Amino acid sequence: MAGYVLQRLLLVIPTVFVISIITFVIIQLPPGDFLTSYIATLESGGQVVDQAQIDALRAQYGLGEPVYVQYWKWVVGVLSGDFGHSFQWKRPVVDLIGERMALTIALSVASLLLVWAISLPIGIYSAVRQYSPGDYFFTFISFVGLGVPNFLFALVLMWWAYSQFGMSVGGLFSPQYADAPWSLAKVLDFLSHLWIPAAVLAIGGIAGLIRIMRANLLDELPKLYVTTARAKGMGETSLVLKYPVRVALNPFVSTIGWTLPGLVSGSIIVSVVLNLPTTGPMLLTALQSQDMYLAGAILLMLSILTVIGTLISDVLLAWLDPRIRFN
Amino acid sequence: MTTTSETGTPEAFQPADNGAGKAASYAAASEWRLMWYKFSRHRLAVICGIIVLLLYVVAAFVEFVAPYDPEAQNPASAYQAPTRIHFVDADGQFHLRPFVYGTSSQRNLDTFELEFVEDTSARHHLSLFVQGDDYRLWGLFPSNLHLFGVEDADARVYLLGADRQGRDLLSRIIHGTRLSMSIGLAGVVMSFFIGIVVGGVSGYFGGTIDIVTQRIIEFVRSMPTIPLWLGLAAALPSNWSVMQVYFAITVILSLIGWTGLAQVVRGRALALREEDFIMAARLCGTSRTRIIFKHMVPSFMSHIIAALTLAVPEMIIAETALSFLGLGLRYPAISWGVLLQEAQNLRSVALAPWLLAPGAMVVIAVLALNFLGDGLRDAADPYRR
Amino acid sequence: MTDQAMPADMLLDVRDLRTGFALREGYVRAVDGASFHVRRGETIGVVGESGCGKSITARTILRIAGTSDDSLAGKVIFRRSSGEVTDLLELPHSGREIRRIRGAEIAMIFQEPMTAFSPVHTIGNQIIEAIRLHQSISKEEARTAAVDMLRRVEMSSAEKRIDAYPHQLSGGMRQRAMIAMALVCRPQLLLADEPTTALDVTTQAQILGLIRQLKDDLGMSVMMITHDLGVVAETAQTVAVMYLGKVVEMADVKSLFRDPKHPYTRALLASIPKLGRRAGEPLHPVKGMVPSPFNRPIGCPFHTRCPSAMPGICEKSMPGKTTVAGGHTVSCFLFGEGDKAEEQSA
Ligand SMILES: Nc1ncnc2c1ncn2[C@@H]1O[C@H](COP(=O)(O)OP(=O)(O)OP(=O)(O)O)[C@@H](O)[C@H]1O
Ligand SMILES: [Mg+2]
Repeated sequence: MAGYVLQRLLLVIPTVFVISIITFVIIQLPPGDFLTSYIATLESGGQVVDQAQIDALRAQYGLGEPVYVQYWKWVVGVLSGDFGHSFQWKRPVVDLIGERMALTIALSVASLLLVWAISLPIGIYSAVRQYSPGDYFFTFISFVGLGVPNFLFALVLMWWAYSQFGMSVGGLFSPQYADAPWSLAKVLDFLSHLWIPAAVLAIGGIAGLIRIMRANLLDELPKLYVTTARAKGMGETSLVLKYPVRVALNPFVSTIGWTLPGLVSGSIIVSVVLNLPTTGPMLLTALQSQDMYLAGAILLMLSILTVIGTLISDVLLAWLDPRIRFN
Repeated sequence: MTTTSETGTPEAFQPADNGAGKAASYAAASEWRLMWYKFSRHRLAVICGIIVLLLYVVAAFVEFVAPYDPEAQNPASAYQAPTRIHFVDADGQFHLRPFVYGTSSQRNLDTFELEFVEDTSARHHLSLFVQGDDYRLWGLFPSNLHLFGVEDADARVYLLGADRQGRDLLSRIIHGTRLSMSIGLAGVVMSFFIGIVVGGVSGYFGGTIDIVTQRIIEFVRSMPTIPLWLGLAAALPSNWSVMQVYFAITVILSLIGWTGLAQVVRGRALALREEDFIMAARLCGTSRTRIIFKHMVPSFMSHIIAALTLAVPEMIIAETALSFLGLGLRYPAISWGVLLQEAQNLRSVALAPWLLAPGAMVVIAVLALNFLGDGLRDAADPYRR
Repeated sequence: MTDQAMPADMLLDVRDLRTGFALREGYVRAVDGASFHVRRGETIGVVGESGCGKSITARTILRIAGTSDDSLAGKVIFRRSSGEVTDLLELPHSGREIRRIRGAEIAMIFQEPMTAFSPVHTIGNQIIEAIRLHQSISKEEARTAAVDMLRRVEMSSAEKRIDAYPHQLSGGMRQRAMIAMALVCRPQLLLADEPTTALDVTTQAQILGLIRQLKDDLGMSVMMITHDLGVVAETAQTVAVMYLGKVVEMADVKSLFRDPKHPYTRALLASIPKLGRRAGEPLHPVKGMVPSPFNRPIGCPFHTRCPSAMPGICEKSMPGKTTVAGGHTVSCFLFGEGDKAEEQSA
């Protein structure tokens, strides 16, 4: 087990390395270097450009030097906690994304928990009562949930709440807490707001995992070990929960590998629609204004987040499944 | 089981008295027929197939199907609600042909909103094949014939309401069909090329090559797609033409979307690798590329078609999302995602909920393609279950 | 209660058992009027071609066949360890009553030891669970009992193996663990559904020896399902021959092998290779195909393949059970239309 975990941990290093390269390429993609556009913004705003400051920045980021040097400087910076400077916000990137990153993680984890908490029992129900009216109902619902992109759900929800109650369901805080320092009251307020975006974000995942759990369990239910357990004299409910559900859980857990990237991805657009103070809207504006260090930092962090999620799922899976653990 | 004698494939085992060549094509045909039989029993999939077909026909003839020029503005009709279709007139008389009343608008000086009143003095009957706004079909053939509309050019019918500039939303949605539906196809075709090369090579050669490509695919799959899409799309120069952006977006979508198809291709190729006819071809000295393209590709066609169909809706959703965020297609292009941008403003949506209609189109198209793909996938395995 | 009366040495009496599956393609008569009985301390071999309903018969006794209650007919009369006599078919299939019998009084082992254990639980976990379902003892005591049982089935280093996962054991080991799990509550009857089919010949002999020995030690009865007449000859005292859901012949082993009556039994015996057979001498497989389960022949089920079928008789009606010698019964018109008693009850 320990060896397996170590092996998976080691695999994270090349993965993150490749991710950093891809991110850096994306940062570099817009024509011209960002400093030029920075100067252009400053000048168009009628500000005086301080040549000394420009030169200092140029040296710091290695602009004008070969690409690999620039990459190296960027990576070294990132490793020491310096993600560069946001030209749009005129602040270090680290200060900007810290809290938003935390909120993004909170949102993604909350939706993931919601996805599991809802899809697991429904999937079991649908499989055990295959072709019952309830099964048909959930099958239909999950097909719709799979087909409707979650930002459309968010749009409709916003419209519905606004036109029915004249209120906005967006945001993660009540106005009085939005800029307040963290306190117990703010945490409670946050939790009371969190569930709506988390639910919107979770819909697609719930629909997908209901299908997966149902199919997995339907595969397991006719297996011989279930009959064995029955022949021992076990009650039907405890039997289903102890054996086939437990076995069907493994492929289910392994889906975290793509559920989490999906949730992180989806959270970006949903956050834009629901106007959440997460990294999504900030990434969007950063990309639109080519504030590339900010955008790059967010891209990198989101990707690493999903790598960590996949790592957790693999370890969880090994812990659940002896066949993997002992190999 | 003991049922083989009854349910075995009767055609395939009939004596081949017409010569081997004919018998072979007969057997092949019967396999396709078997699939078609299985597919046609899946009623929902058939209905969805018809919807998808209709959508693509509409996409092909948008200029003709749309009642109006999608860019024709009419400030007096800003946010006009969907026109009501009547069968019974103001005097309570029934008319067999549906008709609409003209609408006049007035600005309410208190709220500054336009208010619309039906003018019941004149009926305007809806008819098929009316003359209206000029257009060039596919940019080539000039015409002014539209599938339906009202004869009187002054009375405009807004079946799905109007947007902020008083443009007919229905016409815009119909025009959006072309880009939204085709970008899904184009993206899938391109993904498919990457997928078939990578997946085919990986599945065919196996061994180290397979392990390496599997790692790559796993890696790409573990990346959050939308941020990458956003990052790449944001790098597109803002002065590119609609066509350039369209192709760039297609490339971006397929750069990330190919992995699923590659895995399907690989799985099929692995299964086929062991089959006898590949070995036979190899013994005959056929080259490897020839084996891949001549023998392996055709034999997993059916699975591929199903996988492709299931990949199209993902692309459609991705394009819609990108355009909705302003990083995909942009004005003057019309796609459902571009149209949905107008729905970003909560106040306009509250005033004119029909601005969400492009979203409904996305849902219809995506669901139809999903169900169709599901039916195709079941049919691709005629012997299963 | 008179129809449930049984001689004192009788443990299980299956009378005219019928069950089946309603599929989209039609109704499958999996078991179609099977009658046989099991005496205390005896091993009965049940033989027949694949698909003739052996497994479903065994599973129906335990009520775990997955067939609907409507499809059940006949009687499965069982003498419980309390001495009480019960018709198992009358108990609700997932009720408390039948669950008390499963595992504790009637246990079952299966053909594939590979898949009969949950892959994600240790075998110890699954055996201990079997104990604690029927005895209220602590986990530690149950574990000791489990280790004891594993030793009895000759599992080497049982204290360690008890914490093994199924994939860590060989097929033979798994079947031993399976037997340990089945016998850990000392059942009166063991239903062994082809327990050795999936094993190699050496292991097969070991497992059969083990079952025979445990049967004697524990004084239980065994219903040994197999399609291998060799296994029957080696282990059973009585044999029931099944064809298409019916028991067509039942006798003690010696009479059956020496003097088979039913044409199907004869064909079956002719189809097995014998030692000392000359090379090149042909085997005689049973002729013809097993009829489709949806479309069973009317009359005697075997008449479509029977070399001595009598036109005008065999396809008309089903022959009743005829006693040809003490304890030797056969259902075939060649030997009569059935005993008087049978006709009356039918
Ligand atoms: N779950 C099921 N659904 C439908 N039909 C079934 C099912 N299980 C068994 N049958 C049918 O019931 C009949 C008897 O099956 P059974 O498993 O008892 O045969 P068997 O004698 O044990 O054969 P084998 O030697 O292959 O194990 C067969 O025709 C089989 O097709
Ligand atoms: Mg069987």
